[in-house]
Amino acid sequence: MPSDGDARLAGVSAAGTDLGASVAGDVVIDIRNLSLTFQTADTPVHALSDIDLQVNAGEFVSLIGPSGCGKTTLMRIVADLEQPTGGTALVNGMTPQEARRKRAYGYVFQAPALYPWRNVLGNVTLPHEIFGLSKDEREQKAKRYLELVGLAGFEKKFPWQLSGGMQQRVSIARALSFDPAILLMDEPFGALDEITRDRMNEELLSIWRKTRKTVIFVTHSIDEAVLLSTRIVVMSARPGRIIDVIDSTLPPDRSIETRESPAALALAHRVREGLKAGHSYD
Amino acid sequence: MSDIAISFMSPRGRVLPVATIVAAIVVLWYALAVLLNWPQVTAMMANNGQTGTTPEIIGATWSMERPVLPSPHQVIAEFWKTTFEVAPSSKRSLLYHAWITASATMLGFAFGAILGMLLAAGIVHVRTLDRSLMPWIIASQTVPILAIAPMIIVILGAVGMVGLVPKAIISMYLCFFPVTIGMVKGLRSPDVLQLDLMRTYSAGDWQVFWKLRLPASIPFLFASMKVAIAISLVGTIVGELPTGASGGIGARLLSGSYYGQTVQIWSALLMAALLGSVLVYAMGGIERLTLRKMGARV
Repeated sequence: MPSDGDARLAGVSAAGTDLGASVAGDVVIDIRNLSLTFQTADTPVHALSDIDLQVNAGEFVSLIGPSGCGKTTLMRIVADLEQPTGGTALVNGMTPQEARRKRAYGYVFQAPALYPWRNVLGNVTLPHEIFGLSKDEREQKAKRYLELVGLAGFEKKFPWQLSGGMQQRVSIARALSFDPAILLMDEPFGALDEITRDRMNEELLSIWRKTRKTVIFVTHSIDEAVLLSTRIVVMSARPGRIIDVIDSTLPPDRSIETRESPAALALAHRVREGLKAGHSYD
Repeated sequence: MSDIAISFMSPRGRVLPVATIVAAIVVLWYALAVLLNWPQVTAMMANNGQTGTTPEIIGATWSMERPVLPSPHQVIAEFWKTTFEVAPSSKRSLLYHAWITASATMLGFAFGAILGMLLAAGIVHVRTLDRSLMPWIIASQTVPILAIAPMIIVILGAVGMVGLVPKAIISMYLCFFPVTIGMVKGLRSPDVLQLDLMRTYSAGDWQVFWKLRLPASIPFLFASMKVAIAISLVGTIVGELPTGASGGIGARLLSGSYYGQTVQIWSALLMAALLGSVLVYAMGGIERLTLRKMGARV
């Protein structure tokens, strides 16, 4: 990383004030009494019920739970991709819709969702193209973030020429490219093999250390949640609700090996207990 | 699709299968010529008080002036003569007629492709159009073109449009349909995540169209344009039939049938087939170039 890039990435709050970023410690995402019921043909499905969650600036919060517990739905509500049927969600003090209009967050999907007719650079410059930035500026920014995710030199490649892990890194660079203060990640590494996933976890840790963005991270994996998070939210299914909220006791400086430390094992144990409790409920 | 196309296009993969089929067709053709022309030849010989041996009769079936089915070498000879030995500006030149048909075909195809794309964009973006337009579009294709072509020519003639444009409009009428169908499918092909991504950027409908739906539709568009350009040629030839047009492959077919010039009809048909192949292959070439530019593995 060139030092000027580092400085710019670290200066999120300076660069990001117009995006609604706040000083560390402030509540960035404020969810109260949130519920969502899908009306299906026979019975209503309670996807989420009475969710209360506050996320502070600079936190890395993982949502973990079994399939169908509504963790993705919860994040989609924050992103204004889904509408709640009860309660409120505020992002930077605004409704999710206003926040989306102000481009407050970058979203990383389960699949890379790259546009196959665009090369790597074209995919990463896409958001800025939509925001109307000049070609030079958006390419300069895109290159900086491609370097951050370790893909410098791959600008001209097309998605099919990259491995699954590399494609997902492109999609992370794309989400970071316009420097949103909030990063919403929906099982971004779920489709990757264990080895690639470990490497991606380490890279994400280092990106988070450099940028100090507020991250909400949906995952199935206890290991992943323990390693990455400052806070772990354990959820259960039908109705989707929060079982336990666990503050991480791990030091801020972490690597893959941190997972085997006694503190990490204790955390993992508590997460597992929470998941079990949620499961026995139904 | 691309792999098959490549192996089909490569010289060594193509020559043998194509030559086999051509040989089979030629043999069958000669056999049919004998079969179909036999009664005429024997009747003519009987009129002249002649009796021919079988080889003589067979030879005669392959060299009649107005056979029921001309033999391949007669068609090739006529084709060669009217294509290469006559000045292209002459009305006896097949190239002259082919050019008239080709220009109307390309104009009609351009009209049809533009109309097809506009209709598709409307159908995808406006709910009312989706419901109201589609039945009409389908109904339009069930009307036999042979029935309405003369009416289109007459109506357009009444408002002073003659020559190229009326034919192009008939061919447009036929060829917009596959373009609309393919393009609607293509514009709706982006998956949920690709669309959600645009929503997270708060992209407008126009941006979603230009940056996502349109590029995603290109492979579908080319598939349907290859169908459309072949149909467009048929439309033009049909448009040339009822006009009493002085030029074009259709006019050539018509005058051939007036005077019983079957050799002329068949050589015009051969030219139509060649023209169709050239147009479809040219479209395939543009497709490959475009898709390669869009990063496809072609």
